[in-house]
Amino acid sequence: MSNKPKQDKDTLIDIEFYRSIGLLITAVSVILISIIIFFFYIAFKDDIEFHEARAAQNKQAIVLEEDDFDKVENGIHVATGLAYDDNFQVVRSACVTCHSAQLIIQNRATKEGWLEIIRWMQATQGLADLGDKEPQILDYLAKHYAPKETGRRPNLDMASIEWYTLSLD
Amino acid sequence: MKRPKEIKKTGNSSEERNERSRALMQGRRRFLKNSSLSAIQLAIGAHLLNGSSSLNLNQHAQLKSLLSQIEGKHPGMRVLNDRPINAETPAHLLKDLVTPADLFFVRNNGLVPTNINADTWKLTIDGEAVSRTKTYALQELKTRFENVRYQITLECGGNGRQEFNPPAKGNQWTVGAVGCAEWTGVRLRDVLEDVGIKNNAVYIGYHGADLHLSGDPNKEVISRGVPIEKAMEPETIIAWAMNGEDLPVLNGYPLRLVIGGYPASCSGKWLTGISVRDRIHDGSKMGGQSYRVPCKPVAPGSKVADEDMCIIEQMPVKSLITYPKTGATIKLGDTLPIKGHAWAGERNVQTMALSIDFGKTWQPCNLTKAVNKFAWQHFEGKLKFPDKGYYEVWAKATDDKGESQPMLLPGWNPRGYLNNACHRIAVKVI
Repeated sequence: MSNKPKQDKDTLIDIEFYRSIGLLITAVSVILISIIIFFFYIAFKDDIEFHEARAAQNKQAIVLEEDDFDKVENGIHVATGLAYDDNFQVVRSACVTCHSAQLIIQNRATKEGWLEIIRWMQATQGLADLGDKEPQILDYLAKHYAPKETGRRPNLDMASIEWYTLSLD
Repeated sequence: MKRPKEIKKTGNSSEERNERSRALMQGRRRFLKNSSLSAIQLAIGAHLLNGSSSLNLNQHAQLKSLLSQIEGKHPGMRVLNDRPINAETPAHLLKDLVTPADLFFVRNNGLVPTNINADTWKLTIDGEAVSRTKTYALQELKTRFENVRYQITLECGGNGRQEFNPPAKGNQWTVGAVGCAEWTGVRLRDVLEDVGIKNNAVYIGYHGADLHLSGDPNKEVISRGVPIEKAMEPETIIAWAMNGEDLPVLNGYPLRLVIGGYPASCSGKWLTGISVRDRIHDGSKMGGQSYRVPCKPVAPGSKVADEDMCIIEQMPVKSLITYPKTGATIKLGDTLPIKGHAWAGERNVQTMALSIDFGKTWQPCNLTKAVNKFAWQHFEGKLKFPDKGYYEVWAKATDDKGESQPMLLPGWNPRGYLNNACHRIAVKVI
């Protein structure tokens, strides 16, 4: 019987001891995790800043993630900037695998002209035979990227001029 | 003379490209900082190619900002193509008398070389018309030959292509594929004389360390050149510095040719070799239709056989209004100052004139002399407007042989070269 209080006391000490150990472990863990998080933050700080900067830049919510891979707005495939129609996917896989879509978008040609460009790419740039996809590709290019008649000299592009006040006092 | 690549290229396998593309998509900004320029080009390229992005306006801005962060180019540069990187300078940003490095246009045919080490960089002179093949270390070039500094205007042969009708394929340059920097280097003539040139020399052709877009190391991206007489001119130099600093990587670091008056494609970048040829150089982009125009004038849209195309040599007279920026709105009664530059291939610009009535009348303006041959000249005029309304200011340079800039497009040619039509800006008077 006389042992019991002592036993209780020992148990109590043990419990307190383990509790302290537990607390210590928790504290150490918290510190360690904080340190790890801190290091992660340092390591990826640039990324975070880059994302923030980019988010600010893209206020119109053009997020460059997988979701937008096939997004189309106003007849334009957002990710590539190319016109969207039934032949788009064929063009995308045939052309944009090797070069920027911008090379298509900037240029204008008739169906014959585009065919010449394709032949030139096949002769000098390693483009493979397009097989039965070729007519589809040509239809697409000639439809969306046809030449505009500009005469011997185009007008200045009024839409692109940013008017500003020039003070000359 | 084809020459195998000695410089090791990295980052051209598709796996690497995809990985880089993913890395970029996830916003691994550090990756960009740490990796080589070529990897970045590939990353940007693949990034766009994978369909995750392209040059709509937003992403155009993003690409531009990437370019400016990575390569020390001004954020106002207009990026025409991401793979290879091509960018022109809007006219109003070319206002400096000597074009700063960050505003000098970028025209690449291939990928920028990686692993550039100026300390081990070598230049080899060879070809049918040298007495012996000789190799110089960059440092040796710098110390062994007289160093010279010239302001030399470089203009892409396709500058202005965008206006041709029917359109010509390729990068659609508007007006900004031109710049005039101060280059430091040695005369090519001094080096060739040191090597020893035989009297069968006809042409020189350069070799560079850039990599073909296909990634094939045996394909030379571009290897053009000039007639030997042009190569021996005192202002034809092998340069290592632009405006007193190392060349920008995108403009040919650590060594390039600078040859004024000819299309800028003659001024090879990342220069590793020069072949002195006993025939017209037949390197990449010398033949076919590249940098060639019809030998005889043709109607717009004509097909021209390769054998009827002639190599472009001298560039034509041209000018650019750099102040004010197009779109200025001024008050009636204001006097509008106009500033800009004019250049004329191997000639001098004799006179400069401005018109506010589409060429009905022309007003002369002040024109400086070139600081040295091939440097652009500067003009300055003052304009008064008779009434309120919409005006265009047109600028016209005339060279010392009496040739002027046309107001309409000059002779149509299949690849859209040599457009030296008058530059114009829009002005509103209120």
